[in-house]
Amino acid sequence: MPIDPKKLGGTGISESEFRSKKLSCVKYTPTAKYAWDTGVGIGRYLAELKNGKLIGRKCEHCNKVLVPPRMFCEWCFKPTSKWVYLKDTGRVNTFSLCYVRWDMVRLKDPEIPAVIEIDGSDGGILHLLREVDPKKVKVGMRVKAVWKPENERTGAITDIKYFKPI
Amino acid sequence: MSLRRVAVVGAGMTKFVRRAKETAPELTYQATKMALDSCEMTLPQIDCVVHGTGPDAFDGVHMKAEYLSAGSGGFRKPFMRNYVGGGTGVFAPIQGWYHIASGMFDTCLVVCEEKMSSCQPHPQAAFITIFDHTTERPLGPNLLWIFAIEMERYMSVHKIPLEEIALVSVKNKKNALDHPSALLGADLTVEDIMNSEVLAWPVHRLMVSPVTDGAVAVVLAAEHIAKRITDKPVWIEGVGWSLDTSYWTSRDLYYPKYVESAAKMAYRMAGISDPRKEIHVVEPYDPFAYKELHHLEGLLLCEKGQAPKITAKGITQRNGSMPVCPSGGLLGVGNPIAAAGLMKVCEIFWQLRGEAGKRQVSNEPRRGLAQAWGDLMQVGTVIILGR
Repeated sequence: MPIDPKKLGGTGISESEFRSKKLSCVKYTPTAKYAWDTGVGIGRYLAELKNGKLIGRKCEHCNKVLVPPRMFCEWCFKPTSKWVYLKDTGRVNTFSLCYVRWDMVRLKDPEIPAVIEIDGSDGGILHLLREVDPKKVKVGMRVKAVWKPENERTGAITDIKYFKPI
Repeated sequence: MSLRRVAVVGAGMTKFVRRAKETAPELTYQATKMALDSCEMTLPQIDCVVHGTGPDAFDGVHMKAEYLSAGSGGFRKPFMRNYVGGGTGVFAPIQGWYHIASGMFDTCLVVCEEKMSSCQPHPQAAFITIFDHTTERPLGPNLLWIFAIEMERYMSVHKIPLEEIALVSVKNKKNALDHPSALLGADLTVEDIMNSEVLAWPVHRLMVSPVTDGAVAVVLAAEHIAKRITDKPVWIEGVGWSLDTSYWTSRDLYYPKYVESAAKMAYRMAGISDPRKEIHVVEPYDPFAYKELHHLEGLLLCEKGQAPKITAKGITQRNGSMPVCPSGGLLGVGNPIAAAGLMKVCEIFWQLRGEAGKRQVSNEPRRGLAQAWGDLMQVGTVIILGR
């Protein structure tokens, strides 16, 4: 039988009702801390980032260079064979201009995440674009990494501060 | 395959609301009881329970589905939980289907529920842990990046203007005005959509469905039982599911290959060789306006890049030749993550039985398809129902 609107469950409450003292509510903050191993592939990726370099991993069978590097190729399901240094330039595959933070707080100037096809590889990485007018960002744009100075690099993806147009 | 025929015989759902007063077990009970009442069945007549519900992190409760088992009837009987992100709402009835098709059980209750509003200040806090902890999270991502990035790639490859994508929001929100559970039904214009706040370009506020609480349930039965319960059983004719890699930056996001894989599996099982002619009503997953289009193409229901064109022509309206999201979809009804897909399955169920009220499509459908999507642009789940 069709839905009878009068019998539907689910009672909506507004944000102000929720935050007022009228409805009871219990709060809890879990303790959740993690320490992750970087693994073999990403361990080397991070070490090379500290050196100011991007590195990928070659799959001989597929004849592809994978980045971020992995020790097995998911496509042919075989181990990858060797390390390949990449350029720190590439092409914007896609992007967004994001005006909100994860907690929905509004930003005046947008963050510009992008997937960048790295030269010398068959893959892409997620990173940020800066030093660019948001209105001028285009798919296909050529960009180059801007690195932290050597003494500030720690072996993290943020050793690259951002990519900018060239 | 010598598997038994399985039918959907009953369905129920709560209102979809931004924040529900009810606890998760209470919300679950409401939907489950409504589904049982709709086909005059009782809990003792149910052989097994399948429950789809979102990450424990949303509720801050470890083993969330088990916590809900009093409300879903999933206690002192065989019980299985599943979670594949937004794909859950269509995966849960698939899981229920194989419980019965295998011959192990005769009746199954499929329950999907989501109460996301408990997560403070915003469920995104749980969501953002989907990004790789080493190579992506240090960049401070948020979930909107994923959809905006995929939408931009889709638009850029096919040169689709934003106005054509906005048409989906207009259609679905208008359709939702006729859905009693809808949170976001509205009569809007393309201009209203285009003028709404840009959250993450190219995504505008009215092109995305918000955090929602809600629960949905369906009752499945083997053929010999289904025919005793109802004179309008709706048969599960095809199922498909497929997962892509989490190396999403190495995939071309303009086309959902994982939806195509799931769709082909379902079409093969249903014996469908020409889906554009043989599927009469479609409920693809539409958490964002562009996703309805992206998924229609992945479901092989139109050529790549052509979904905006058929939408503009009115083909996907309720009175069109291939109605899409007559329920109002996620854009119109709401998006409680694990439950939204099952809302779509219910819609196909009601449409095929002629019970969709004001939402009834005019082409007298005999076969419908519901599809859901989730994870890191990874999972496609498809179910085909027929009368």
